[in-house]
Amino acid sequence: MSSEPKTVLSVEGLHAGYGRVAVLRGIDMRVAEGELVTLIGANGAGKSTLLKALVGLVPPSGGTIRFLGNDITRLRPERAVRAGLALVPEGRMLFGPMSVEENLELGGHVRDRADTAESLERVFDLFPVLEERRLQTAATLSGGEQQMLAVARALMARPRLLLLDEPSLGLAPKVIKEIFAALEKLKAEGLTILLVEQDARLALKHADRGYVMRTGSIALAGAAADLLADDDVRLIYLGAWHGEGENT
Amino acid sequence: MGGTELLQFVLAGLKNGSIYALVALGFTLIYAATGVINFAQGEFYMLGGMLSVWAYADLGLPLPLAGLVGVMATAAVGGVFELGAIRQRKDGDPLALIVITVGGSMVLSSMARHLFGPNERPLPLFSGGGSVSVFGAVLEVQTIWILGLTALAVVGLWYLYNRTGLGRAMRACAVNRDAARIVGIDTRLMVTVSFLLAAALGALAGLAVTPLTQTAFDVGPTVGIKGFAAAILGGLGNPIAAVVGGLVLGMLESVSIAFISSTYKDAIALIVLLGVLFVRPQGILGRSRREKV
Ligand SMILES: Nc1ncnc2c1ncn2[C@@H]1O[C@H](COP(=O)(O)OP(=O)(O)O)[C@@H](O)[C@H]1O
Ligand SMILES: [Mg+2]
Repeated sequence: MSSEPKTVLSVEGLHAGYGRVAVLRGIDMRVAEGELVTLIGANGAGKSTLLKALVGLVPPSGGTIRFLGNDITRLRPERAVRAGLALVPEGRMLFGPMSVEENLELGGHVRDRADTAESLERVFDLFPVLEERRLQTAATLSGGEQQMLAVARALMARPRLLLLDEPSLGLAPKVIKEIFAALEKLKAEGLTILLVEQDARLALKHADRGYVMRTGSIALAGAAADLLADDDVRLIYLGAWHGEGENT
Repeated sequence: MGGTELLQFVLAGLKNGSIYALVALGFTLIYAATGVINFAQGEFYMLGGMLSVWAYADLGLPLPLAGLVGVMATAAVGGVFELGAIRQRKDGDPLALIVITVGGSMVLSSMARHLFGPNERPLPLFSGGGSVSVFGAVLEVQTIWILGLTALAVVGLWYLYNRTGLGRAMRACAVNRDAARIVGIDTRLMVTVSFLLAAALGALAGLAVTPLTQTAFDVGPTVGIKGFAAAILGGLGNPIAAVVGGLVLGMLESVSIAFISSTYKDAIALIVLLGVLFVRPQGILGRSRREKV
């Protein structure tokens, strides 16, 4: 390999938790420019905590986070967005009583007016239904539309790295397909993506590489195709005993 | 009771009600940003009058300028109180913050007593002692000032909330703090801004009323309780409801004077408070931090 792709995110020995409860115990990971990396693992493994630590919602107690060459370990969330990290959080966390448009404008809070106008067009292009729902309040959207709005809101910040926490949760297969099609499109445009998913098969199908998390540390890492073929991963996370290929 | 007499009570209710509305707006703003009741809100009302008197009588500034100084200085006190006390409580624990505001209230009134003395202090009427007749009822010019300034403050606040980026960020913060943070809103700054605004609104009320009632270091708590009652009457949720709560409380007081006795006027706010507490026993002082769509 001649030109190694640029590292966007590198995490070393990251520790974090809630109060005295330690959740992350020495996480090492790396995401290169243009990659779609997925993070899978059982419920409670600490995946959401890791994403929250990356954006500063949960302050790390040890280790370092480097982003685009800068140490961002202690950045508060409002600075992390400005640095180029945008999170689509677990449970979406939309501004329910506010309109779709206002949610999107808030997504562009760190951007100037011209950027926001341009980004609006781009996210409406990606999710046309949001344009139709523009003046509706976020709380009145369907689950799928809410998830699209959550992704769109994060994109409004024009991130260099998009973090997604279980975007498929509770959605119908057809809607999941739409969301993943959008992620593929974003990836094709060069966006770097770190995706946490409960549906490991789905995630590994779309990812370049994957990390498997177990009780606060990385248990396994590798190319997505290798993880899909790995016996342990198949057994534990892909439900191989149910037969293959049923899941889409 | 005749129609004219009734109208007179309505006008008095509107006058007091708009004062409660301004104080209630302060409660609502701070509650939206922090999830706690600011028990120092009544002191902002006291300081608004007191600092205006100080600027007028002690500094010798002309009345309009003195009023401006009173309101701005109180806003500054509100900001400093937030930066120096509220913000220092890093985890934002609601109970701790409530205790801080109670302590802050005591500190502010003792400081006022120390600096400005224990006596009542007057301020001249804004534009003389005239009055106009409204269908036979007497409307004092100062009351017109009170109603006008309240209306102006409400419209200004509405504009800020619904037509500016700052207002949108404040609303976002009230809906979901973590969501606000991840889109890049400095939620601590929003808390500071809320204290500045709440202090200014309370101060405006104190300034507008002082020409009619005079002011003293200890006028805060009574008005604070009434503003609080008005705010929870409106559900603590949104500014419009706070204004409505204030006006309703003012009217209730007026009606009670008209039909029962003025002895019970001050009890109305407490009855309202107890009534709301009775219907909605939890969730008055603090709110859950986890809110979903
Ligand atoms: N706000 C919180 N306070 C305390 N403990 C938490 C909190 N959020 C998550 N945890 C705990 O941290 C651990 C990891 O949770 P989480 O990061 O949500 O896992 P995952 O996203 O992989 O399901 C779990 O044991 C969970 O109970
Ligand atoms: Mg999770």
